[in-house]
Order: sequence, then structure tokens, then C-alpha cells
Amino acid sequence: MKVLMKGNDAISEAAIQAGCKAFFGYPITPQNEIPEYMSRKMEASGGVFVQAESEVGAINMIYGAASAGVRCMTTSSSPGMALKQEGISYICGANLPCVIVNVARCGPGLGGILPAQSDYFQSTRGGGNGDYYMPVFAPSTVQECWDLVFHAFDVADKYRTPTLILLEGLLGQMMEPLEMTKRPPVTVDKSWCTDGNADKRPRNVVTSLSLYAEVLEQMNIDRFKVYEEITKNELMVENSVKDGDTVAIVAYGTPSRIALNAIEELAAEGINAGLIRPITLWPYPYEVFQNLPSSVEHILVAELSMGQMVEDVRLGVEGKYPVHFYGRTGGSIFEPSEIAAKVREIVKGAK
Amino acid sequence: MAKNLITIEESLCKGCFLCADACPKDILSLDKSKVNAKGYNPIQCTDMDACTACAICGRICPDSVIRVERDA
Amino acid sequence: MSKVVYEKSRGLTDAPLTYCPGCSHGIIHKLVAESLVELDVLENTIAIAPVGCSVLAYNFFNCDGVQAAHGRAPAVATGIKRVIPDKIVFTYQGDGDLASIGTAEIIHAAHRGDNFTVIFVNNATYGMTGGQMAPTTLINQKTSTSPYGRQEATTGKPIKVSELMAQIPSAAYIERVSVHDVQHIAKTKKAIKKAFEYQIEGKGFSMVEVLASCPIGWNMPPVEAAKFIAGGLMPYYPLGCYRDIHAEGGSGA
Repeated sequence: MKVLMKGNDAISEAAIQAGCKAFFGYPITPQNEIPEYMSRKMEASGGVFVQAESEVGAINMIYGAASAGVRCMTTSSSPGMALKQEGISYICGANLPCVIVNVARCGPGLGGILPAQSDYFQSTRGGGNGDYYMPVFAPSTVQECWDLVFHAFDVADKYRTPTLILLEGLLGQMMEPLEMTKRPPVTVDKSWCTDGNADKRPRNVVTSLSLYAEVLEQMNIDRFKVYEEITKNELMVENSVKDGDTVAIVAYGTPSRIALNAIEELAAEGINAGLIRPITLWPYPYEVFQNLPSSVEHILVAELSMGQMVEDVRLGVEGKYPVHFYGRTGGSIFEPSEIAAKVREIVKGAK
Repeated sequence: MAKNLITIEESLCKGCFLCADACPKDILSLDKSKVNAKGYNPIQCTDMDACTACAICGRICPDSVIRVERDA
Repeated sequence: MSKVVYEKSRGLTDAPLTYCPGCSHGIIHKLVAESLVELDVLENTIAIAPVGCSVLAYNFFNCDGVQAAHGRAPAVATGIKRVIPDKIVFTYQGDGDLASIGTAEIIHAAHRGDNFTVIFVNNATYGMTGGQMAPTTLINQKTSTSPYGRQEATTGKPIKVSELMAQIPSAAYIERVSVHDVQHIAKTKKAIKKAFEYQIEGKGFSMVEVLASCPIGWNMPPVEAAKFIAGGLMPYYPLGCYRDIHAEGGSGA
């Protein structure tokens, strides 16, 4: 049976169903439904809700709860995510599992509260100090928000890493039918955690500090081996580019749905295009651009930004195709007709 | 005859002199004839017979290098 | 037959302390360790280390340890204590950590009445980074970033953390103590133990501010530095209990 739910509420309920036992957050639009939902439901489900003094406070509470070995989540929106970067770097350095959600808005600075995809660099390149990445999941429907929350907790536990769910404020605020499918959490060893049971095992330490170059170097090398594993096992991409398509449109999140409408519009006039939708933004599906049908002549990247993911597309394309870009920013959202017009312009220019 | 005893873990002593300054019997001093691996002159007891096992030296030592036993 | 009247606490590990000669951190570490052992909670405790000289405190306390970002230890403590409320949690923070970069975190942990203990070591300087001026540095005190002495006109007066924290309605117990001589060390032990007892009894947020020396940062021999705690710090930072809502009559300062 399906229920009608907002993206933000779906994320909240999915977290509880996935066994999240601690939520720490701070008010910021457009993610406020999540802390509000958690404040109503966490206690009843045997969990903890704290409205922190700041996003800095919230991410450090996550650091604490994760070190104690419980599933925990924090959510925010773009400027708040900027504040969390210090904590995320420490969480990566200390190999702690947790889920972070960014219901993104436009920037830079205070920017505005309308949706955007201009946090792509911040999300995929490590906004804090040091060598690190974290898996980033980009849902495009409310159903996918729900499903990816369960997945994000599992990936976090399995690889001892924070995971980020990145969605546009649009999706957080949008209501759609949702199948509330449950799945049991992965079983992992948490004997490393600092849960105050040193009478039953040797004492544990959680830290990102290492003052010896060769030790820290090895820790970083080991972490990047985990990243290789993640890249091998956890890559997610939807690719509908088929033989006969001359243009591959690359888009993620809700804009990918607008791109699909543009593809329909173009098909009616005999221009064949297909969609590549990365679901993991890190690791990024670079290989998909090496195995496209021979009919493909152009790549168009459509983003709600001045062009951020387009850099990863260029890395994946390795000069094989011309890479075009169409973006809107500041909270403006493109219409299918705008993308279709861009495709016509590209195809026309080629002839 | 049993007597009070202080044992000094010389390898960990940093020669800060807090114990010597606090000792009411004035029987602790730096042993200038020794330098430990850390590069400090460790503390020594110059008159164990005068020690009352008050343990002030132990309590003030930041590095927990002094163990105090009382003749019972 | 002889009886051991004093020895190293089993609440400390065998790791040699990395502090400078005569530094008060070692004394305060011992008092915390002894208190945890005497209260029989050592193995069920999580120590949260700050950034600063005591950044490696997790190597010294013989219990679970977590290292926090600069100033964030109270938020980390909240995260831990809320999810495992039956365990004992304490932060160990210096004055750069707690009184400067971490003011939001410490105030709001107390404001929420979080049931953990804060050991606040105030030596009026940033020791680890080379003796720079802290919010707690005394007027006219020379440091590496106040080379002519701290000037009130441009840097204000030193912040009084215990007095400030005592005004927070949900804080349970705030006391300032010192470790410059053995009598005061005994009183400090009593205060630290009381703070942990409050936590064990679920009485709420407790903080013990310990006036401490930094012989290297102050450019003084350890004995002289200890005397400077009494003669320099204590007149500006009076010792005493600033808040104890569970005491007879139960009130703040």
C-alpha cells in the first residue's frame, strides 16, 4: 500500500525504520520538516533527539554518538553543511559511520532558500581538510529518498564512513506516493566502539590524530583502499542511452526528471537523446562515458548550478565527445523546453 | 628493622623539583650524578630514615614516579 | 610489614606523560584517574580529549577515549552520553579549547543540563601552540601574541568562566579549585570526585575549573610557576563553589 509523503518526511521515517537511534540537527530551511518529524517520533522509537546549538554542535554530537556505536543521522541545508565540514573531516579521519542529509538550497553565502545543485563540489570533493571522500547519494524521487536512507546507513556501517544524501530542496518539499518497504540493517562488527565497556574488552580509542608521518600515511593509504572497495561495489547509475541516440543528457536528482520530459519532446521531432543519471555522485560513474553506443555524438550536462558535475563528466569523457552544459542557478529551475532547445542548438551546430 | 620507603621511577622523572620543594623534611634533591634517557637529573631521597611517609611528594608529582610505603 | 600509602593510580595507563616538567596536567590527570577508580566506574567511562597539550589524554586515561575537534568536546560528550546514559562521560579541556573556540559548545551543554562532567584546566595560555594569549590571560601577562603584556584597551579583561557558567540555570555544579600545593590538590580531588558523584547520581551538568601552571609557556621554573598560580591567578580567579543546585539550600553563586 502506498502513502503520500513529502521527501523530508520520507527521509525521517526511513531513518527511524532503518534503526537510527540518534538525531542531532539545527533549524534551517528547507529541511526543517526532518528535525520536526524526529522531535515527534524519535523518543517513542527508543531513540534520542537533540536540537543542537549549531550545525557545528550537531555534527560533533554525531561524532560522539557514532563513536558509541549507534546509528545516527544529522540533516541540514547548504550554509549549514558548510559549517559541518570540520566535523565531517574528523568523522572521516576517525572512521565513524553516520548518515548526513543535505536538502540543498542556492548559494553562495546565505544565497536563498530555493533549490539548487551548487553543493556538488562541497559534497564530492571533501569540504573539510585532508584526504577523504564519502559516498554521496542523489535521489530523484520520494521513493528513492526512502530507499537510499536504508542503503546509506548500510554503506556507512559496512565501510565505517559517513554517507551523504544530497537532494534539492524541491524534492524535500515535494509529495509523492511512497511504498514504505523495509529491510533489515546489515550486520557489522562494532567491537571498535567507545561505549564504556572496557571491563569486557580492551579499552577502545576513537581519534583522527597521528603525529607520526609514516603511521598517518599508512592510515590514509588504508582508507583509500576502502574507497577503492566502495568504488568497486557501490557505484550506482541509471543509463537509458540506447543505440541510435545522438545526444546523451547527464543530470542527477530532480533535474533528471525534467531532462526526461525534454527527451520525450525531442523524440517527437525525431531527435534521439538518452539520459545518464548518476545516483552515486561519489564514487562517480566515469566508465559509463567510455561505453556509449557509437551513435552518440554529443554530451549535454544539465545542472541547477553554474556547472560543477560537468567537470566529472569531462573527466569521464576523456575528450571523446564534445561536452556541453546547460544550467540555471539562484533557485531558478529549467523547463523541459529549455533543455530541448539546448539539444536542438547542439545538434544543429553539428550539422 | 623495617622503615618507611619511597621508590622513585627514575626513568620517568622530569626533575621538575615540585616534590623536593613540597617535602616537609627537605630530604629530596636532584641527583646531579645521573641523567636519565629523557635528559633530566632525576630526584633522589638523601635521608630515608627521616622520611615520615607523608606522601606529599607522591601526591604533587605530575608524572606519578614516586611510590610511598609506610612501615606498619 | 609495610603498607603502600601512595602509588600511581591504575586509572592511568603505563604510557609516559608527554607534558613538560612540572606541568599541572599530570597532577590533574591523577586526580581524575583516582576518582574514577575510587568510584568504581573506570571501565565504564569515556574520556573525551580536547585539542591542546592534553590532546593525547586518551593515551593516559585507562578507559575508552575519544578525541574531539578544538572546542567541540562538550558536543561530542552530549552525543555519547545521550545514547549510553548509564556510562560515565567526561571532557578534559584547556582554556583555549573551552573558553575561546568552544564557548558555544560548553555553554549549551550546560544549558541543556547534560549529565556529564567537565574538567576545565585554566593555565591562562595556549600551551601547545607555543604560549599565545588566551581569553584567560591576565592583564599585563606577556605571551607570544601579547609580547608587551595583555592590554585591556585592545583585548578586554580575562574571561571568568566559572562565574559565567554559574549563571546558567540548568548547570548543577560549578567549582573553581587549584593544584599549586598539596592541600589544594586534596581539595581539587574532592571537587572532581563530587562532580563524578553528581553524574553517577544523575544530578546533571558539572564542571570543575582547575587553576594550573604552564611553566614553559610562562617562562618560569615549575616551583615558581606553582607559586604564580597562588599569587598571580588566584587573586583574579577566586577559588570556591560557584554553583551547587543540590547543596543545602540549593542555589547558585
